Amino acid sequence: MTLTAPETSTRSAPAAPGRSRSTLARRLVAYGYLSPTVLLIVVLMVVPIVMVIGYSFRDNVIVQENSVFAGFANYTKVLTDANFLAALKNTAVFISVSTMAHLVLGLAFAMMLNTPLLGGVTKAIFRIVYILPWLFTIAVIAVIWRLLLDPAGVVNHVLQTLGLIQEGVNWFSDPGMALWAVTFVNIWAGYPFFMISLLAALQGIPTDLYEAAAVDGTNWFQRFLHVTLPQLRPVIISMAVLDLIWTSHQFALIWMTTGGGPLNSTEMLSTFTYKQAFSEYEFATASAAAVIVLLLTMVLAFFYVRSQREQ
Amino acid sequence: MMFRATRLRRLAGTVTVAAMAVSLVACGSDDATSDGTVTLEFAQWWGAELPAGEFDKIINDFTAQNPGIKVKLLSAPYASTKQQLLTGAASKTLPDVVGLDGAWVNDFAEQGAITDLSKLMTDANYDASQLASQVQVEGKTYMIPVVNFVYPLFVNKDLLTKAGVQNVPTTRTEFLDAAKKISASGGDVKGWVLPLDTAVPNGVQNDVMSWLWASGGSMVAAGKPNLTSAPVKSTVEYVKSLNDAGVIAPGSLTMKEQDKVEKFTNGQVGMMIDSLAHINLIKKNKPDLNFEVAALPAEDGYTGERGIPYASWGIGISDSTKHKAEAFKFVSYLMSQETNAKLSTIANGFPGNKNAEPDFDNSDPLFKTAFDIYQQGYPANEFVGLPKSEDLMRSFAEQLQLVLTGKSSVDDALAKSQENWSSVIG
Repeated sequence: MTLTAPETSTRSAPAAPGRSRSTLARRLVAYGYLSPTVLLIVVLMVVPIVMVIGYSFRDNVIVQENSVFAGFANYTKVLTDANFLAALKNTAVFISVSTMAHLVLGLAFAMMLNTPLLGGVTKAIFRIVYILPWLFTIAVIAVIWRLLLDPAGVVNHVLQTLGLIQEGVNWFSDPGMALWAVTFVNIWAGYPFFMISLLAALQGIPTDLYEAAAVDGTNWFQRFLHVTLPQLRPVIISMAVLDLIWTSHQFALIWMTTGGGPLNSTEMLSTFTYKQAFSEYEFATASAAAVIVLLLTMVLAFFYVRSQREQ
Repeated sequence: MMFRATRLRRLAGTVTVAAMAVSLVACGSDDATSDGTVTLEFAQWWGAELPAGEFDKIINDFTAQNPGIKVKLLSAPYASTKQQLLTGAASKTLPDVVGLDGAWVNDFAEQGAITDLSKLMTDANYDASQLASQVQVEGKTYMIPVVNFVYPLFVNKDLLTKAGVQNVPTTRTEFLDAAKKISASGGDVKGWVLPLDTAVPNGVQNDVMSWLWASGGSMVAAGKPNLTSAPVKSTVEYVKSLNDAGVIAPGSLTMKEQDKVEKFTNGQVGMMIDSLAHINLIKKNKPDLNFEVAALPAEDGYTGERGIPYASWGIGISDSTKHKAEAFKFVSYLMSQETNAKLSTIANGFPGNKNAEPDFDNSDPLFKTAFDIYQQGYPANEFVGLPKSEDLMRSFAEQLQLVLTGKSSVDDALAKSQENWSSVIG
């Protein structure tokens, strides 16, 4: 109280030049603190994005000094490229199936780890087992699954021993199988993040709600449908949108397992863009593809921000 | 108290901003010190592939002989080096001296990222006749191969004997026959392995076109693609016949080079075409593997010299470096008879200096065998110096995949490849 009173009187009085400078300096200090972060964001995010957008409207960028304005030619080229359209379709399948499976598996495992039916030690063991895939880097995951899914690998051996298949399956090198194989690996690598987040959310649901529902004579499924899911809804929406965004950017796993092959059956927007830039040196079309990916991602980001605001 | 806290906050803010400004300025500082010592940055993947500390010794010898020049090694695996150099070339920020693969040279030269070594050789009165080869674009040298690694045929002698094949195949017919017998000898063993991964599509160069070069064929004529020619068609038809015979290890459409070596090392395939540089790796991982190296089989009845594919540790100089003379001095040192012999010996490769002789005394006898094969034939790699060579390999690999999966005929695939390549090197 004693501190606020003099400050109020200062504000009401005409500002002296010295005090005005002091106020300005005080404000600048805040900007001074922000400046390293702002500088980093500008240098590492704003400038590259603006440059890529600029490149997408020019021809022969980077590799030639005299590039010319090309209008929307690069966008037309990319959007009419059969490989890009195939990559778009593959990416849509890859991210939608991955996100759906992440959600279902993550929720199932989270509910298992949250159930009172299991003891503390059992839960701890399963918690470690289930979270293991999350601890590996993508490079390790790619190597592990390349070995496991090799035509002469463990998976085929087990399936053959069980009599489920007659001949070894070429999981990654069969054009009809490869997209499902990389999607499976991505699901395996990504579900723990969903599981952990949903487990935290499950533990935050008040037990009163379940008790009230039980008193009303509901069964397990009804409680899941009318108590658990509505309570988890904000988390599920946020996680799903974030996962769609992250999975759409998945490059390393695809590159290290199939490289976008065989016969472009696992070509994604990320691998398509990379090949345009670093194999064909078509940085202008690569930039156009990157801008299209950015726009698609922004649509997802819009839904994410909106869901956050609603919460 | 409040004023003191405010002053402290202001001071902290000012120091933070100043520190950032200083660090940014420092990023752009020159690499020549006040005493005139020049520091050359040398980005390459060689250090990562040589025995620990060996490359440092060679560099230290250079700096001892040239006190005014320091060399800072930027060693990383091949793929990382490639990535760094690609972005460096695009942004004109290449290190002073760069390790190069022949497949990158045309693109870097076209971008103006690497400098014309012919001029530097003339300026330094360098005797270029001692160089085994030079990679040129439009008549100017941009890369000098320092060490060459040939790709002979690796044969698992135990699997060959078990299959009842007495001699290492020397013709395509003998190879197909041997591959069939090995594949029929039981288990999951196959006769040959073909990596056709499109992420790093060098299988086209090492495992497919090598058949063409071994029979004296060429995929380029007068600077234009020649993929619809009879020799190329014969090569692709031969690879298809191996596939149709079921002698190729499964999974080849996404198989990588390391998978190929692993399958051979584990005795899952009887024969492969591979870099000589992998001999030590194979022997380290499977010391009792009984294998030998041989010349690549040629077309039946072919009696001419056999081309043997090779890859190089090439060297080039950044066009934007301020220290071209010092950089070329360093290149000359690596290409000198004594240093080049030493480097090729520890790398298990063949020297880029004609007068240098690798020391086989402490090497595996297979290296001597390979050196004899190398000398009897000629090094062949038509992708070296071609623009967008990786893209050319990838588009060819995709067409070959269509052939092997029965989705395209050989003629259609070659016509399509010819069309694709013509848009790049036509």
